[in-house]
Amino acid sequence: MYEHLETAANRDTLKRVVVDPVSRVEGHGKVTLLLDENNKVQQARLHIVEFRGFERFIQGRPYWELPVLVQRLCGICPVSHHLAAAKAIDQLVGVDPESLPVSADKLRRLLHFGQVLQSHALHFFHLSSPDLLFGFESDIGKRNIIAVLTDYPDIGLQGVKMRKYGQEVIRMVSGKRVHGTGAIAGGMNKALSKEERDYLLADIDQIIQWAVDSVALIKKVHCANLPYYDEFATIRSNYLGLVKSDGALELYHGGIRAKNAAGETITDHFDYCCYNDLIHEEVRSWTYMKFPYLLSQGKEDGWYRVGPLARVNNCDFINTPLAEAARVEFKAHGGGADSLSAAALPPSLAVEAMVHSTLAFHWARLIEVLHCAESIKDLLHDGDLLSGELVAQGEKRYEGIGVIEAPRGTLFHHYQVDENDIVTKANLIVSTTSNNMAMNESVRQVAAEYLSGRELTEPLLNNLEVAIRAYDPCLSCATHAVGKMPLQLELRDVDGVLIDKLVKHSDGEIERA
Amino acid sequence: MPETKPVLVFGYGNLSRGDDALGPLLLEYIERREKPVLRAVEILSDFQLQIEHALDLENRELVLFVDASVVCGHAFDFVELAPARDDSYTTHAMSPAAVLAVYQSIKKQTPPPCFLLSIKGESFELGEGLSAAAETHLAAACEFADGLLDGLDVAKWRHRAQEKPH
Repeated sequence: MYEHLETAANRDTLKRVVVDPVSRVEGHGKVTLLLDENNKVQQARLHIVEFRGFERFIQGRPYWELPVLVQRLCGICPVSHHLAAAKAIDQLVGVDPESLPVSADKLRRLLHFGQVLQSHALHFFHLSSPDLLFGFESDIGKRNIIAVLTDYPDIGLQGVKMRKYGQEVIRMVSGKRVHGTGAIAGGMNKALSKEERDYLLADIDQIIQWAVDSVALIKKVHCANLPYYDEFATIRSNYLGLVKSDGALELYHGGIRAKNAAGETITDHFDYCCYNDLIHEEVRSWTYMKFPYLLSQGKEDGWYRVGPLARVNNCDFINTPLAEAARVEFKAHGGGADSLSAAALPPSLAVEAMVHSTLAFHWARLIEVLHCAESIKDLLHDGDLLSGELVAQGEKRYEGIGVIEAPRGTLFHHYQVDENDIVTKANLIVSTTSNNMAMNESVRQVAAEYLSGRELTEPLLNNLEVAIRAYDPCLSCATHAVGKMPLQLELRDVDGVLIDKLVKHSDGEIERA
Repeated sequence: MPETKPVLVFGYGNLSRGDDALGPLLLEYIERREKPVLRAVEILSDFQLQIEHALDLENRELVLFVDASVVCGHAFDFVELAPARDDSYTTHAMSPAAVLAVYQSIKKQTPPPCFLLSIKGESFELGEGLSAAAETHLAAACEFADGLLDGLDVAKWRHRAQEKPH
């Protein structure tokens, strides 16, 4: 597709543009473009300064500390790490997923639905809606949540309240907003009280309605400019994620399903404990971040996408009615296999079995928000949350693997312990790493199709950020200290001499240096 | 669910990222003091500030944010906050001033008096403890916070905010 833009042939003669860091993503990302004298893009790369110290942070600790400890890996999705670690240490105490007490399993699912709901709500309403509502090249002063709250007060407020609701689900289940101890080895720490259940039930119908409205909004936004939304940053890829045994969308526990760009199954219901037989990670010289690929498909063709777009594309159905109806509509838009219009078309008129639009990540994300809201309501009406056995016990093992669908995609935690229960080996594959190749491809597509040959301006460069933000990358940095997130753009001439520099300070002031 | 207390102390940061722990550690210090005045104080902690924290400001009379800062000029700074549309509203972590701006937007009213206690930090790597300098800064900030909590009074806090440097 756009691989030819990964490495330019004549790099020494090209102008260099740096977008550093990319804003409205978590952590630190940098885009570099090399331009020729006609401003044609000759090379485009997304560099992610990924922290590779996860394993060192975990090794040497007793396994029972992990569910709390790993929450500190990421200030954005601590519950995802908490649950992936909990699933792994379940195995260390000899408890397989099917042996987890029913109440504990349902409490963990409730916790996870709360996490995914609040994470997706933050991403759509806060980080992406300014671009989607005001335009990718709109005035930078407009592209923020405050402007959304001003011009679209209902939508802005819904975002804040949905985010808050998800956080309240987490607080009720785990006892605290952060650093909670909801999940423990072999089960859960506490059941939900009737008071906590009723507190959450009070608002859930409103949350479901807002989720329905948000799906309608993104569909309207997407379809209002269909050719652009279907083509912007769009790439054809493989997709990977968990599914239930019946093929339904699954976020907490299931087998791995991978499909290719044509919608054909590469693997299905694959046991994630054997993930090393399915996925390998390639190292490239120009970035610290690895490039995972499906072993059976090879390095060139085996890269894949994870996250909401992959999950909604991959599953056969969603087991909550409103989200399922939204999924069918979504797939019909892509001409997918579930589409009535697609079924009526002759084979010669090729229809895509998968929705490949990168901006459709937003649509899929909101379908998942709706699924989470419906699932939370179903669970809150389930008496198993209030009572029942919470912890199972088994025979000690020395290796445990936990995999869940985090908001951004499939998350792998793999631990080995010694006879003293100390972690001797840890391996994590986070979802942003899985999307690394795809994000680079999308950056190259945007650079080639929308930037090449045009004079570079901040609104134009925002197009690159829009492509990256669609993936909602989490770059593994929970540090937030004031003064650490400036934006810097540099333009250098063919001799490498700096000819222009734009600096955006942490207080929002933009200065031409 | 418990009723809202009139005073909120909100510390944020990551306990496992070196000096980023300064905010939560100051909260731990306050909780250990077990002062009677704390019956009127709610203590909240999170990794970082986000839009929904605007809702934590509802029905408060006085709010103190506590954070680590790399741009702090002294051991700590204490300032009164005003709503501001700074760059932080475009990230996963917001500044307290931006949270106040969100509050003002959604509530259509001026936020309660809010102050920020910034404690100087310098190293933020995962798995690190506090740096030696941050230990010193934290001790000074704890002593200062003790004084603040002895008088939960907006006028007194404003007066303290005028005293510089800390």
